[in-house]
Amino acid sequence: MTLTTQNIEPHLEAILTSVSDPEIPVLSIMDMGVVREAIEVDGIVKVKITPTYSGCPAMDVIGDDIVSAFAKAGKTAKIQLILSPAWTTDWITPRGRKALEDYGIAAPLTSEADKEALLGNKKIVKCTNCGSTETHLVSQFGSTACKALFKCDACEEPFDYFKCLK
Amino acid sequence: MSTGQLEDLHKYLLGIADNSLILGQRLGELCGHGPSLETDIALTNISLDLFGQVRSYFQYAAQIIADDKVTEDSLAFLRIEREYRNVLLVEQPNTDFGYTIARQFFFDAFHFLFLKELENSKDETLAAIAKKSIKEVSYHWRFSSDWIKRLGDGTQESHDRIQEAVNDLWMYTDELFHQTDADKEMIAQGIGVDTLAIKKSYYKMITEVLEEATLAIPESKYWHKGGKQGIHSEHMGYILSDMQYMQRTYPNMEW
Repeated sequence: MTLTTQNIEPHLEAILTSVSDPEIPVLSIMDMGVVREAIEVDGIVKVKITPTYSGCPAMDVIGDDIVSAFAKAGKTAKIQLILSPAWTTDWITPRGRKALEDYGIAAPLTSEADKEALLGNKKIVKCTNCGSTETHLVSQFGSTACKALFKCDACEEPFDYFKCLK
Repeated sequence: MSTGQLEDLHKYLLGIADNSLILGQRLGELCGHGPSLETDIALTNISLDLFGQVRSYFQYAAQIIADDKVTEDSLAFLRIEREYRNVLLVEQPNTDFGYTIARQFFFDAFHFLFLKELENSKDETLAAIAKKSIKEVSYHWRFSSDWIKRLGDGTQESHDRIQEAVNDLWMYTDELFHQTDADKEMIAQGIGVDTLAIKKSYYKMITEVLEEATLAIPESKYWHKGGKQGIHSEHMGYILSDMQYMQRTYPNMEW
């Protein structure tokens, strides 16, 4: 079940890109980095996906969405869930990071900076509303497993921060 | 692997998963009942992580046993009390926020050290689950140890109450390191974690936090045990009746 690099056949990419993360609809599953392999063998598209968090309830929906997206294109897809190597926020593409920010979710910092931010040692998480870094952590756990809750002290708006996972 | 070895691996997987299953269920009870919205969300998020991890273990455990009736669902919902192998610590009641945090703190430190070793397991699937889970568990540990410090070094009231919870739950910590026959077999094969080898680091890890939280380290040398042999405290039956109600009432139901 180990898969060290992403292996996606180019002709399958467009369909996979059309599938979005059910919890963050602006984000394609491709930009999220959860698709690790997609190959067509004897007319069957085999897709391997990996969860962001073990208990991520979106995984089943993502699997179903991929199957129905391929079905629309007249293809049969089979989904396999893999755990290794474990997903990391480094796999979110630059386009994905921008989509997150535009949507109001602060993109993950580097691992070290993330720790400082979540421990409240440094004010470095940028408010997605006004851009100020005068923000503070409200809760390490937010509306979904992958996010923490922050509040901006400049504009007083609360916002989500996508936690770094390495 | 021989049939006997597969059975030991199966038992070993249940031993690991049951801890997270029962703790996850306990935390789930707090959904909508947390002391504040943020802690409510945090505790149920942790519960969700634990259930996600449990599914990985149970799916694997069901796959290696030659019995079609055994599925991840049957393992979670259809065993009887004596068949659950979780330690007594995780089945202790939520009581109040102090107890909930102390129980979490004692478990998270163990869970973190355990997974760190399990990452090196000769069993590829187990190593993969460990590598995935440890990322989540480091957040759990950060949450519970942070709260231990806040409550311990907080007001007189919060200090006294978290100290009481720490004192009461302390005697459940030793059981985390007990080894069943299946555990020993898996350790010998390089698949399982030698819990005795992480015991020292464990007490060091929790002592450091307790001291920073200005809390006294309990001196009790009396240790509760039995959960790993399936002999549970009075609380377990109530947990199972909550957890198993739907499957028992509507067999084979699915969401």
